[in-house]
Amino acid sequence: MSNGAGKILLDVRGLCASVAGVPILKGIDFTVRAGEVHAIMGPNGSGKSTFSKVLAGHPSYEVTGGTAVFDGVDLLELSAEERARSGFFLSFQYPVEVPGVANAQFLRLAYNTVLGGRGRDELDPLEFDDFVREKMKLLEMDPAFLDRSVNTGFSGGEKKRNEILQMALLEPKLAFLDETDSGLDIDALRIVAQGVNHLRSADNAVVLVTHYQRLLNYIVPDFVHVMDGGRLVKTGGRELALELEARGYDWIGKQAA
Amino acid sequence: MSAVLQNLIDQPYKHGFVTDIEADVVPKGLDESVIRLISHKKNEPDWLLEFRLAAYRHWLTMQEPTWPNVKYPPVDFQDISYYSAPKPKKMLASMDEVDPELLRTFEKLGVPMHEQAALAGVAVDVIFDSVSVATTYKKKLADVGVIFCSFSEAVHEHPELVRKYLGTVVPTSDNFYAALNSAVFTDGSFCFIPKGVKCPMELSTYFRINTQESGQFERTLIIAEEGASVSYLEGCTAPRFDTNQLHAAVVELVALDNASIKYSTVQNWYAGDENGVGGIYNFVTKRGLCKGVHSKISWTQVETGSAITWKYPSCVLLGDHSVGEFYSVALTNHMQQADTGTKMVHIGKNTRSTIISKGISAGRSNNSYRGLVKIGPKAEGARNFSQCDSMLIGETCGANTFPYIQVQNNTAKVEHEASTSKIGEDQLFYFASRGIDAEEAVSMIINGFVKDVFTQLPMEFAVEAGRLLGLKLEGSVG
Ligand SMILES: Nc1ncnc2c1ncn2[C@@H]1O[C@H](COP(=O)(O)OP(=O)(O)OP(=O)(O)O)[C@@H](O)[C@H]1O
Ligand SMILES: [Mg+2]
Repeated sequence: MSNGAGKILLDVRGLCASVAGVPILKGIDFTVRAGEVHAIMGPNGSGKSTFSKVLAGHPSYEVTGGTAVFDGVDLLELSAEERARSGFFLSFQYPVEVPGVANAQFLRLAYNTVLGGRGRDELDPLEFDDFVREKMKLLEMDPAFLDRSVNTGFSGGEKKRNEILQMALLEPKLAFLDETDSGLDIDALRIVAQGVNHLRSADNAVVLVTHYQRLLNYIVPDFVHVMDGGRLVKTGGRELALELEARGYDWIGKQAA
Repeated sequence: MSAVLQNLIDQPYKHGFVTDIEADVVPKGLDESVIRLISHKKNEPDWLLEFRLAAYRHWLTMQEPTWPNVKYPPVDFQDISYYSAPKPKKMLASMDEVDPELLRTFEKLGVPMHEQAALAGVAVDVIFDSVSVATTYKKKLADVGVIFCSFSEAVHEHPELVRKYLGTVVPTSDNFYAALNSAVFTDGSFCFIPKGVKCPMELSTYFRINTQESGQFERTLIIAEEGASVSYLEGCTAPRFDTNQLHAAVVELVALDNASIKYSTVQNWYAGDENGVGGIYNFVTKRGLCKGVHSKISWTQVETGSAITWKYPSCVLLGDHSVGEFYSVALTNHMQQADTGTKMVHIGKNTRSTIISKGISAGRSNNSYRGLVKIGPKAEGARNFSQCDSMLIGETCGANTFPYIQVQNNTAKVEHEASTSKIGEDQLFYFASRGIDAEEAVSMIINGFVKDVFTQLPMEFAVEAGRLLGLKLEGSVG
């Protein structure tokens, strides 16, 4: 899809971050243009989720160096909620349960806050109900999930679908999907992938974190990166994912050394 | 993030003003002569003086309880003034006679008086320090035979009713604070719903402690005769002082055959500052007696104030098929301590009780639920369901649950569920990543948490209680 001519949405330079005083990200360079799909792969514990949370503004992660510019704005200066309102979206690897808060109420507040901030009309509960049901159809989600508490008691796959529903509602400029495929059954993977493809446009971009090449059959990446030890150590086209699937990660370290 | 949470829960107390009204205060200290003086000032009949003196003599033999999970320096009972009445204390026939300063106080408190009361359809009995100064709607209620007046008035106008029921639910010897209250109570509310009458409006009382170092000891007595029903609302605020004030009320409810009493409280006594200086010690005995068959007593409380809350609104289910309910939200912040819960004592057959308790702790506060479910040997087919949930905000607060269950009849069924959850950084980050700031997130989570209790509150009260929780938890973020 990309011809390398889209405008730059995200530009990360030399990003370093620590959690609890332990350095995790050790100098990440990463550029995403409008219209592109990037996949980030890499061994467990290499820093992929940390990277996503640092970009989303998790308060436990301390940025110790580098820059991140999102759509022309210094991302690191913004609070987490401002990042969301400005069009950055994170689909969590482990979505949090919020007992007692109805999903419909949560989704509506998120919608009204994020899109209301972009000048869209706020929706009352009835209007929102119609609106969200349309989006749920796209993901073949049972409307019963509206009445349940946010993510509470949802199966792993149901949580992931609820994340993509939020992506559909919030219309982000850049969606960072952290292992959205893990936990999804075969049909769900296809449905969710179609949902994501449906939301793609020349103006937005998607970053996928995944361990499996299967997702990439559905959402075809323009670039595949390998994260290791808090750095992006290799970048290639989609064929890199196939090679990783066949050979594992070991050879990259040796090659880089 | 803990700074964010801190801001959220650091809301200044909005009722912390003192009304400058000349008050008739009895010197500090307690002995029989003080009790005689109170009784004399209130022009009481001999039997009531005897009731007080018997309570006082019993109190002298009692020890302050130490089992609650709360800590405070010993109370000096000789350092309290046991009677404070705003002057002039002649009976007031209409609101126009009320001291304008007092009315301004009510305005600041948001007490629905005058037309506000009329519009809201609320009859308000206002207790200011110890003397009831205004009762609205008495006439309309009188038309259907409902008596709603200050306790002192009831003593004079309906002595046979007061004498018949006073101390029958909470005996003078019941516990340390109940005995003290029985000895020195100064006023309170009295409510009587005669046979077959559904009280045509919600009855509401606002309590307020105004004088520094004056204890407040109200006495409330509500009687619903056969087939009668009433919904009673109690709201409480107190001004801000650096010293601690003692509030030791006694509330007695009696429900006869097929009667029902719903008693709702929103308590926002001054809680002390963020370092635990000042605040009300709220040591209250509330108990309802389901005396008749198919009677029902329901307690709903939203406790947000006081430095220390020690309170167990209870039901004694004597009549067969009687029903007891307890719905509670207790919020503690800063250095507040709460040890609250209920007792459901099943005596009659097929009696049922429900307990829903929601504790919210923030700051360095400590919040305990303590509940007793007792099924007596004759309580065939008795049922209880209890659910006790705790919510922690931040890392430095505590929550405990102490459920006591005693079953002496094996046909009874008792269920207990408990949970503890935490508003953690990850939950707030999840909301933030959807554009929702911490203040809104906390309010949404708390509202969800207390929903099962708030739906039990009368409409106007639910709105007020919601606003109150919001006030306690909102603040400038960042
Ligand atoms: N709060 C924390 N405290 C201490 N260490 C942490 C914390 N969060 C992450 N780490 C560590 O940071 C490293 C990177 O974790 P991260 O979750 O980013 O890995 P990942 O690449 O997403 O792994 P996976 O593929 O298993 O999801 C791990 O070693 C992890 O243990
Ligand atoms: Mg991860």
